[in-house]
Amino acid sequence: MEIPYTVEPRPDSGLANGKLGIWLFLASEVMLFGALFSTYILLRVGAVEWPHGELSVKLGAINTFILIASSVTMVVAWAKLKMNEFSKGRLYIIVTAVLALVFLVNKYFEYADHFSRGEGPWHSTFLAIYFTLTGLHGLHILGGIVVMAYLAGPGAGLWKKNPDQFTNRVEYTGLYWHFVDLVWIFLFPVLYLL
Amino acid sequence: MDTTATGTAHGHEHAHEHDHAHHEELGFLRKWVFSLDHKVIGIQYAITGLLFLLFGFTLMMVMRFQLAYPGHPIPLIGPWLGDANAPNGVMLPEFYNQLGAMHGTIMVFLGVVPLAVGGFGNFVMPLQIGAPDMAFPKLNMMSYWVYFCGGVTMFASFFIQGGAAQSGWTSYPPLSVVVATNGQVYWLVGMIFLITSSLLGSVNFIVTIVQLRAKGLSYMRLPFFVWAQLVTSFLLLLAFPPLEAAGVLQLMDRVAGTSFFLPSGLVISGKPLTVAGGGNPLLWQHLFWFLAHPEVYVLILPAMGIVGEVIANNTRKPLWGYKALVYAVIFLGFMSFIVWAHHMFMTGMGTTISAFFQTTTMIISIPSVIVLTAMLLSLWGASIRFTTPMLFALAFLPMFGIGGLTGLPLGLAPSDIHLHDTYYVIGHFHYVVAPGTIFALFAGVYYWFPKATGRMMNETLGKIHFWGSIVAINFVFMPMFIQGLGGMNRRMYDGGMQYAHNAGLLKWNIVIGVAAWALGLFQLPFIVNFFGSMKWGKLVDRNPWQATTLEWSAPSPPGHGNFVVEPVVYRGPYEYSVPGAPSDFTPSFEPERS
Repeated sequence: MEIPYTVEPRPDSGLANGKLGIWLFLASEVMLFGALFSTYILLRVGAVEWPHGELSVKLGAINTFILIASSVTMVVAWAKLKMNEFSKGRLYIIVTAVLALVFLVNKYFEYADHFSRGEGPWHSTFLAIYFTLTGLHGLHILGGIVVMAYLAGPGAGLWKKNPDQFTNRVEYTGLYWHFVDLVWIFLFPVLYLL
Repeated sequence: MDTTATGTAHGHEHAHEHDHAHHEELGFLRKWVFSLDHKVIGIQYAITGLLFLLFGFTLMMVMRFQLAYPGHPIPLIGPWLGDANAPNGVMLPEFYNQLGAMHGTIMVFLGVVPLAVGGFGNFVMPLQIGAPDMAFPKLNMMSYWVYFCGGVTMFASFFIQGGAAQSGWTSYPPLSVVVATNGQVYWLVGMIFLITSSLLGSVNFIVTIVQLRAKGLSYMRLPFFVWAQLVTSFLLLLAFPPLEAAGVLQLMDRVAGTSFFLPSGLVISGKPLTVAGGGNPLLWQHLFWFLAHPEVYVLILPAMGIVGEVIANNTRKPLWGYKALVYAVIFLGFMSFIVWAHHMFMTGMGTTISAFFQTTTMIISIPSVIVLTAMLLSLWGASIRFTTPMLFALAFLPMFGIGGLTGLPLGLAPSDIHLHDTYYVIGHFHYVVAPGTIFALFAGVYYWFPKATGRMMNETLGKIHFWGSIVAINFVFMPMFIQGLGGMNRRMYDGGMQYAHNAGLLKWNIVIGVAAWALGLFQLPFIVNFFGSMKWGKLVDRNPWQATTLEWSAPSPPGHGNFVVEPVVYRGPYEYSVPGAPSDFTPSFEPERS
């Protein structure tokens, strides 16, 4: 017996297996980042003083725009595949991955600036939570890049065998990617502006 | 578009044939080690889990010698422990702390959960819902191997300089952060592996239950065990990430020099600690117990599920109050997220917060009582078959009852102030988990063994195992209530000899020690039975227990893909002794006779 509903949705749940899976995974991610944001709140409320203006709002804002743009290109990639335009879809996946990479390069300059002044996570509670939150978020970005590289590279062969399944995979990656983007949308004001 | 579609269909067929050709000739490695089959993965989980249970129990048998005869050299294994742990065979306090921390960690995260969820959940659940496999077989294999890596990391920490983690299974900071050895780092990395494994597993379980139920198997026809696994998976999915976050934070504290859990101005051994400070040790406790209380229900729910199956089968009656049971476990799942701070009454959270958590704790006892009551009422008027699995399932009821009722005084802040951190607490949660959950797991092993191997386990050895264990285990845990009510503290490597109030209580340590070693001895018939029956057990057909749920319609053992014909479900899971039916069981997979 084959495993059913790998591509087509099950009538009573309205979902294919992968879509339900990715939503459940994102639910657990909400709990993960939720715990870290709670940590941030608790530490900040208990702090005697909280530093302001330690981070470059300009670099942060640029990164915000990069991630939002990458979310758009991700949707376009999926839309192109839905319209059966494989090469364009693939191109947009690559563009998304490149934007993600630019985000990380930008982040590297921010990190390097702190470390060059000897201010690592050990320096203060603020930098501790800053490095932990953005580091974990960066790992999620990296994970996204790996998946996109797979989809645009060795995983692209699936298109020939089963285009619907391939398109679904891009959709699930997109859901994950929007979540990672959303986390940053919270991180930026919380760490850079407030 | 047309060409693509045909191409796809072709590709599919081709892949299909290809697959089939390969099934016959899977090598040993693909079939038994890196298997994608949920049944093999379930058995891998179960055997690894059982081995860790044995290992964790062995640690305790060694600790019990130290408590019964403090300062005496440990017989048999003493010389093997090394001078760093036990010079001349006499245990050092640091080593006692390692054993204590690792006993808890191993039993909970490497023993019971992998056996109850990874083992039984993986093996039984897809069969019970009529699925060919789990929804994501590769993810399933990955869950097992990530768990395995976590287990190896934990195990390896015993052999590093300074030994394993020493700060209890709860790893409370500041102690866990400032203790000098690296065992704690191994513990944290191991936990991150185990948590990741549980997360992947729980996604897989939920998707499988929602998506792969057989035709006709609506939610209210699901076997109770499947319901228990579904709720358990949600707890793992949502409660584990905060501990993962906490683990990352503590790891940062240990390796990156942060002070998330270290307050300003901390003085250790008379010297102020040179850290940035500003952290909060209570934060760890909140994050830890936000997982660890739902974790209690992760331990108990699959056990309840197993007991439900075994009781229905051996009473030859439907489970009493099936719907009440289902709603009770769902409610239990929700409530378990808002009771965590009843572990923290002593931390000075304030009476308002304490009052809230006392209230929720009292409320959560209601669904537990409903489950226990429904199971007990299921026995009423039945002509019970006293098979080995049934004996274990029956023993679960009073044992879990004792565990639950002794929890009430701990859930109320005034009485908890007296009892907290005493042996009373140890007695309480061990009654829930050891003669409760682990007995239910034994019931499950005896009950589903014929499905996994096609052979029965020996009943005589099973009964020796049962009666020996139930007597011994009560002599282990019952005296702990006496010690705890007398005020004897836990985690003392000599039992607390220096305190006058313990003088009359220490003698019980000898009773507990002897009972613990006897308990160990009575596991031997089980080990012999388990491996012996694989080879010499009585051969059986598909349905040796004359049961009604779907797993018994598959061959024993089921082949790849589980079912020979696609299963269809026609009725509820426990149609036993239906008036007018030709036999005392009407399987859910049997069509109506017209």
